[in-house]
Amino acid sequence: MTTTDTPRRIDADPGRPVSKKRSRGASSGGLRRAVPATTLLWILACLYGLPVLWFILSSFKPAGDLFSYPLTMVPHHPTLSGYLTAWRSANFSQYFINTTLVCVITTILTVGASCCTGYALAKYDNKWLKAFFICILATTMLPGEVMLAPEFLVVRNLGLYNSFAGVILPAVLTATGCFMFRQFFLTVPDELVEAARIDGARELSIFLRIMVPLSRPIMLTLAILSFQWRWNDYIWPLLMLNDPDKFTVQIGIQSIVGAQNINWSVLLGASVISMIPLIVIFLVFQRYVMGADINAGLKD
Amino acid sequence: MTKRASDVSGSPPRRRSTYTLAPLVLIAANVVLFALFFVWPAVIGLVYSFTNYTGVGAFQFVGLDNYHNLFGDSAFYDALTRTLLYAVLFVPLNFAVSLLIANVLVSKHAKGTSVARIIFFIPWLLSPIVVGVLWRWLFGENFGLVNYFVEKLGGHAIPWQSNADLSLLVVVMAASWAWTGFSMLLFIAAIKNVPVSYYEAASLDGAGPWRQFFSITLPSIAPTSFIVILLNTINAMKEYPVFVSLNNGGPGTSNNLLVQYIYQTGFQRGQIGYASAASFVLMLILMAVAIIQLIVNRRVENR
Repeated sequence: MTTTDTPRRIDADPGRPVSKKRSRGASSGGLRRAVPATTLLWILACLYGLPVLWFILSSFKPAGDLFSYPLTMVPHHPTLSGYLTAWRSANFSQYFINTTLVCVITTILTVGASCCTGYALAKYDNKWLKAFFICILATTMLPGEVMLAPEFLVVRNLGLYNSFAGVILPAVLTATGCFMFRQFFLTVPDELVEAARIDGARELSIFLRIMVPLSRPIMLTLAILSFQWRWNDYIWPLLMLNDPDKFTVQIGIQSIVGAQNINWSVLLGASVISMIPLIVIFLVFQRYVMGADINAGLKD
Repeated sequence: MTKRASDVSGSPPRRRSTYTLAPLVLIAANVVLFALFFVWPAVIGLVYSFTNYTGVGAFQFVGLDNYHNLFGDSAFYDALTRTLLYAVLFVPLNFAVSLLIANVLVSKHAKGTSVARIIFFIPWLLSPIVVGVLWRWLFGENFGLVNYFVEKLGGHAIPWQSNADLSLLVVVMAASWAWTGFSMLLFIAAIKNVPVSYYEAASLDGAGPWRQFFSITLPSIAPTSFIVILLNTINAMKEYPVFVSLNNGGPGTSNNLLVQYIYQTGFQRGQIGYASAASFVLMLILMAVAIIQLIVNRRVENR
C-alpha cells in the first residue's frame, strides 16, 4: 500500500512548485485568464441574484410606491407594512406554525425510516431486500403527482383526510433518503459489524449504538433536504387539507395569488416571510448541503 | 410436502438465516409505507381507470371507454403537447446553464466562487409557488421590471402574460433558474471527480480549453448528465405549482399542463375514473422516458 502511495505523492508534489514558478514568471498570463472567468462568473451571478434582490427590495416598499414610475431599485420609504399585514391577515401566522409542525415531524420520520432502510440494504443480503431495493428505485420514476387521484382515495379511505397525518405519512418514504444512507453504510467496514457480533451484541443494538451515531452527517444532510421538500410542497397539502385553520404557507400564498385583484404588497411580504426559514437553515448548515455528495444517492 | 419445506428452511447457510429478522424489522416501516401509499394507489388507480367512478357512491366498469374518450379529448391533447413542449425547452436550457455555471465555478481562475455558489443555489431553496410569484412580479405586463426596461429602451411592452407562447417561455426561464442550483451541485461533484492528470496530459499535447471540455469533461461526466436529464425530464412532466402561481395555466387554458389537467378533471369535476386514465398515460410516458434514456446511456457508455 505504502509503495503505491508514495510515488503518487512524489509525482504530485513537483507539480506544485513548478506551477508556482510558472505563475510567478507569467503572472500577467494568470491575470489574463482570471479576468474573463471572473467576469463571466459574476455576470451569471447577477442574473441569478438580481431577481431575488429586486423581489426582496420591493417587499420593503409601501403599497403605494410599488407601481409608481420611475421604478427604483432601493425603496425611498422602507416600511414593514407589507410584512405586518401579511402576518396578521388571513391566518398567515397559523399557516406558518402548521407548516413548521408538518415539516419537523415528516423530517424526523423520514430520517429515521431512511436510516433503518439504508442500513438494512447496505449490510444485509437476502432476496427480499434486493426486491425491496428495486421497488424503491421504482418510486423515483413515478412521483406522487402521477397517482394524484388514487392516492387521494387511499388516504381518504384510511380516514386521514383533512388531517396532518394525511400530509405527513405519504411523504415519509423517499428513495433519495434510502440511497443516501445505503451509500454511506456501504463505506462503513463490515469488520466493525463482525467485531460487535463477536462481542455478543444484538443486531438491533449494533445498529442503534454504533451505526446511528456514525451516520450523523448524513442525517443532517437528509434532514435539510427533507425540510426543503416539505416546506415547499404545494399540491399534496392542497388536496389533503380542507380546513383553512390547517393550511400550509404555500397554500396561503397561492390563495393570495389566486384572488381577483392581487394585493401585491401583502403577497410580497408573505412570500419573503416564507423564504426566510429555508434560507436561514441553508446558510447555517451550508457545508452539509454543498459538501454532500448528493450524487451518491441518485447514482446507484 | 414436509420434505420440501424442510429443504427450503435448511438450504440457506445458518449464519445468514439468523439475520433475516433484523433487516426485516429495519425495513418494516418503509415497506408498510410503500405498500400503503404506492402499491395500493397504483392498483386501485389502474382499476378505477376502467370505471366511471366519481369519488363517491357506486361505479360501473366501462372497459376502455375512458382511454377511448381521452384520445378524442382535445383538451387532453393540448395539455399533453404543451407538457412535452415545456419539457423539450426546459431540460436542455437547464442542462446548458447548469453545466456552464458548474464549469465556471470549478475553474481556478474565477474569483469569489464560494459566494457566487450560494447565489446560484438560493433559487433552489424557494418554493415553486414563490418562484412563480417572483417571476410574475418581474414579468408583469404593466408593472414588471423587465417591461419597464424594455419601454425605457424604446420598445413596446411585451405581452408576457397574454401571449401563450411568451408566457410558456417565462415559465421555462423561471424553472430553469430555480432548478439550476441542484443540477449545478451534481455537475460540480462530477467535474471534480475527473482526474486532473487527463487535463495535464491534454494541455501538454496542446489542447485548448474548448477541446478539453468536449474531449475530456463531457465524456467523463456522462453518467451525471444522464441523471440530470432524467430527473429534469421527470420534474418537467409533473410541473404544476410554478404554472399555477405564475399564470394559472393561462392565458385561458393554453398552458394547462398534464398534472393540472388531471387535477381539474379528478378533483374539480370529480371524474376520478377519467383522471386515473390520464394519470396512467402520464405514467407510461415517464416509464418510456426512463427506458429510452437507459438504452441511450448504455449505448453511449459501450461505445
